[in-house]
Amino acid sequence: MITVNRYVCGYCGACVGVCPVCALELVETWIEVSDGCIECGRCVKLCPTGALSLEEAQG
Amino acid sequence: MRCDVVVVGAGPGGSMAAKTAAEKGLRVVLLEKRQEIGDPVRCAEGVSKARLSSMIKPDPKWIAAEVKGARLYAPDGSSIVMSEDKSGDEVGYVLERKIFDRALAMDAARAGAKVMVKTRALDLIRANGSVKGVRAMRYGEIIDIEADVVVGADGVESKVGRWAGIDTSLKPGDIEVCAQFLLYDKSIDDEYCEFFLGNELAPGGYVWSFPKGEKLANVGLGVIGSRSEPGAPVRLLRRFVERRMPEARIVEMVVGGVPVSGPIERTVADGVLLVGDAARQSDPITGGGILNAMEAGIMAGEVVADAVSSGDTGVEGLMAYEKRWRESIGKQIARHLDLKEFFIRLSDEDLNNLMHSIQSEDVSKMDLRGMLRVLIRLNPKMLWELRHLVM
Repeated sequence: MITVNRYVCGYCGACVGVCPVCALELVETWIEVSDGCIECGRCVKLCPTGALSLEEAQG
Repeated sequence: MRCDVVVVGAGPGGSMAAKTAAEKGLRVVLLEKRQEIGDPVRCAEGVSKARLSSMIKPDPKWIAAEVKGARLYAPDGSSIVMSEDKSGDEVGYVLERKIFDRALAMDAARAGAKVMVKTRALDLIRANGSVKGVRAMRYGEIIDIEADVVVGADGVESKVGRWAGIDTSLKPGDIEVCAQFLLYDKSIDDEYCEFFLGNELAPGGYVWSFPKGEKLANVGLGVIGSRSEPGAPVRLLRRFVERRMPEARIVEMVVGGVPVSGPIERTVADGVLLVGDAARQSDPITGGGILNAMEAGIMAGEVVADAVSSGDTGVEGLMAYEKRWRESIGKQIARHLDLKEFFIRLSDEDLNNLMHSIQSEDVSKMDLRGMLRVLIRLNPKMLWELRHLVM
């Protein structure tokens, strides 16, 4: 799953613009990730601050 | 709530669309998801004086600085100077976007538009297959805003187009990922915008310094997404500033993504049109987007007014917008896409050689196109594939 480090995120919305399945949303100062995420990792690569990461689901 | 047109996003494109439509007598609602219009900024804030002045009377309240021109540096430090009126659409005024954006939204409000802040569009409303407005969240409550037309001016993270079936998602090669500091440093040139090229400094992009007066400047950089990695823009910018201006005082940080995809396939759908960054109308070579968004916003407002009064707010009725922007700002956007695709492939050695070739010419009175023409004449082999751009 995609996780967002809110202490690093600059809430610029670049990740939202590059998401191929419209699974991200910028709400004021935070990013929401919906169930539609396909874990392609495009947003992780393109984040200017490096706030996003793709982690294996637990269990 | 019922109106004629709802505009999503109160940046320069959305506010100009809202103002224009309101002046034509339409009932306009202008939505802004943030609680403050214009903040946080995601922009280097440079615009050409002439083009801006053709749309709005310049006001000292939102002009941070005026510059004399631009200085362009190759990776080896060699440089050329271009005069302000020839430097393109990003050199002339350096704006204070926090004040500028709010002033444009106020102009829309004075023209009669209802501005709603802290109101985030959630989806389009449809009836009988047609778009009939926007569902939004306002102060935590869901409200429906019925309208005949929805203008998506919702920026790089645009959703309106996608909801209407237009795939606006940006591939890694379609976006410059950027970081910027507002900083104070003794070395800042208060009179010139500076551009630094180099694959080490900013792969597939450039570093900029846009002065905001009294040794204050927006110093930032963009990296082409296809060559970026997580956090690279911020890392590269910190390195640039630490090396070139170790004493700099950083007073603000900005990050953002700039669309450089060039014109997308369509910007109009049934009851929907897209403006500015949402329509990917930012300039692929410079990244500038303010003026194109404002011009597109005016065209959108005019076309929507015609469509509403004629009763045809479907694709047919709105297609005049698509036609108008492609025949005006669209031409330069398309040309600059070709330039960008070529220039992001150049090595530092190529960039140095191009700079050396043109240093002996007087480029101070040339515009970008004139300069490209000279570059092609001096480097015919290397730039052969660009010759169609200056015909």
